[in-house]
Amino acid sequence: MAKIAVLERKCTGCGLCVKNCPFGAIDMPNGKPELNAACKVCGICVKSCPEHAIIKLETKTEDVDKSKWNDILVYTEVSGGRLHPVGLELIGKALELAAPVGFKVKAVLVGSGVAGYAEELRHYGVSEVAVYDDPELGYFRADAYASCVEDYIKHAHPSVVLVGATSLGRSLAPRLSTRFRTGLTADCTRLELRQNTDLVQIRPAFGGNIMAQIVTTHTRPQFATVRYKVMSAPVRNDVASGDILARKLPKAVADSNASLVSVTAVPPKKSISDAEILVVGGRGLQKESDLDMIKELASLLGGDWATTRPLVEKGWTTNERQIGLSGRTVRPKLIITCGVSGAIQFTSCMNASDHIVAINSDKDAPIFDVAHIAIVDDLYKVVPELISRLKEARA
Amino acid sequence: MNIFVCIKQVPATNKVQVDEETGVLKRGGVASKMNPYDLYALETALRLKAEHGGTVTVGTMGPPQAQAIVREAYMMGADDGYVFSDRRLGGADVLATGYTLSQAIHSVGDFDLILCGKQTTDGDTAQVGPAIAEYLSIPHAAWVSKLTLSGDGVDAEQQLQDVIETVHMPFPCLVTVEQDIFMPRLPSLKTAREIGDKPIHIQGLDTFLDTDEAHYGLSGSATQVERIFPPANDTEHELWQDGDNAERLESQLKKWKFI
Repeated sequence: MAKIAVLERKCTGCGLCVKNCPFGAIDMPNGKPELNAACKVCGICVKSCPEHAIIKLETKTEDVDKSKWNDILVYTEVSGGRLHPVGLELIGKALELAAPVGFKVKAVLVGSGVAGYAEELRHYGVSEVAVYDDPELGYFRADAYASCVEDYIKHAHPSVVLVGATSLGRSLAPRLSTRFRTGLTADCTRLELRQNTDLVQIRPAFGGNIMAQIVTTHTRPQFATVRYKVMSAPVRNDVASGDILARKLPKAVADSNASLVSVTAVPPKKSISDAEILVVGGRGLQKESDLDMIKELASLLGGDWATTRPLVEKGWTTNERQIGLSGRTVRPKLIITCGVSGAIQFTSCMNASDHIVAINSDKDAPIFDVAHIAIVDDLYKVVPELISRLKEARA
Repeated sequence: MNIFVCIKQVPATNKVQVDEETGVLKRGGVASKMNPYDLYALETALRLKAEHGGTVTVGTMGPPQAQAIVREAYMMGADDGYVFSDRRLGGADVLATGYTLSQAIHSVGDFDLILCGKQTTDGDTAQVGPAIAEYLSIPHAAWVSKLTLSGDGVDAEQQLQDVIETVHMPFPCLVTVEQDIFMPRLPSLKTAREIGDKPIHIQGLDTFLDTDEAHYGLSGSATQVERIFPPANDTEHELWQDGDNAERLESQLKKWKFI
């Protein structure tokens, strides 16, 4: 059972909690708050305490009535003045999941000047777009954004909430799922919805070559994050449908005491996620300068280059170039991996690519399980020779 | 300024065993190390302390063997260290882990700043930091690559899509840091000699404010691992072994019209 506790060490005895409690459940017999039997564990005192001295003792909520939680909500991120494409991909997946159980798909937009994107989202098959548009939301504060989505979840009671695993989404989602004392599964690569509305979430796990199937059976909503380029965006309908619901800024947004210092627009960085052709160097590369041939092959093919985590750990390159669970997910038309062994954290972030060519001298390397063309050979032979052939063809 | 750094012991290799029945990681008998991303959080804490004074406390949830990483943190310069160890804490998901660490932090004291690495290399979720902040009702910023002290709090640089937003958060607050924030120092033998066998605090559930074991570990978790399975290897592939593979690849790329 949940209950409320007071951290006496932190309490200054200001009495705000007594004033704010709607049930008259707090007394201050000895200058410090004590809760009486009228407490409904609503949590208003927790939020109103300026000293963070009142906490709720609870993890997961009691078993919920699943029939009261319906539909799928997609958080459609806008940042840097652009609707992130992962939102559309999630709407596509949500529509697939929703149809067999008769769920609708809804979207929520949070930010300043985001109302315009709602009209665009109406072309993708959602039944409702909730909009929180206010200058107060002009920059990202996880707690304030969470308060907006919380407000809409309490209004709409979605069974499932999908959030794009961007840096914003991965900061927001755990805050929200914790607020609802429910489950959250990161970086799902596959999602299915059971007839009883339990979401089957599959992700690479435990840092090993293994997948885990995870469910949130007793609480709602069920939160999951999915990376950009894992699901496919739906086709845009010419005819718009669905309603736009402008929501008032929830009061709780004012509780956030974070404030903006500065905003710097960075030119849309060329990300390896956007490349159509990728050449990847792995641990099979013997020294840092050998990355040059990876770069050269990439440039001859008109593509970009990337690496695996070990090379980032060696300091040969940065995280932005890294494919994998601690880097980026990619889905190019062509990917050529050179000396990559293929741990699941890597393969799960590139195995949706159209054409996968793997070069590795170890015929048992797990990368060959996902490759369309498995070249068991020395990369130091194949890559330089391919480079000179491509150069010759050019000359 | 008092800083608490969350650290975790992770397997040193990625070939680990999983209990098929419970889906819980078998940690016994596997070589382990400090989660590499936590080193950046610890380094950030030590630099802030060097510049502005205060204390750096580290804490980890794990088996008693996790003392090894607290010792390592001492060798890097941490002032105080805790292992929160209790069988009843085992098998926790994000919800229960975040709760445990928030209770643990309450049990240790009051901190201005809580720092975490961006994610662990075994769970790879990056979710526990923000979950702790929510339980503590304090603001947080994630994936921060620049952190400076400013007035009554910190300015944290968050890299979002096409934009860098720097937010000011008053203390207390929580920050998860990116690996490009600072280069972590190596554990120092000199420090090791100086501190000798400086004690490590080992605490269980009974030292927490909430001693209800239903709120921790597997029973306090909202998610269940139903099944663990190897990834499907059903990709049809062509195997090329002998012969001139460069030539063959060139003609294949032509066939696919990439060249």
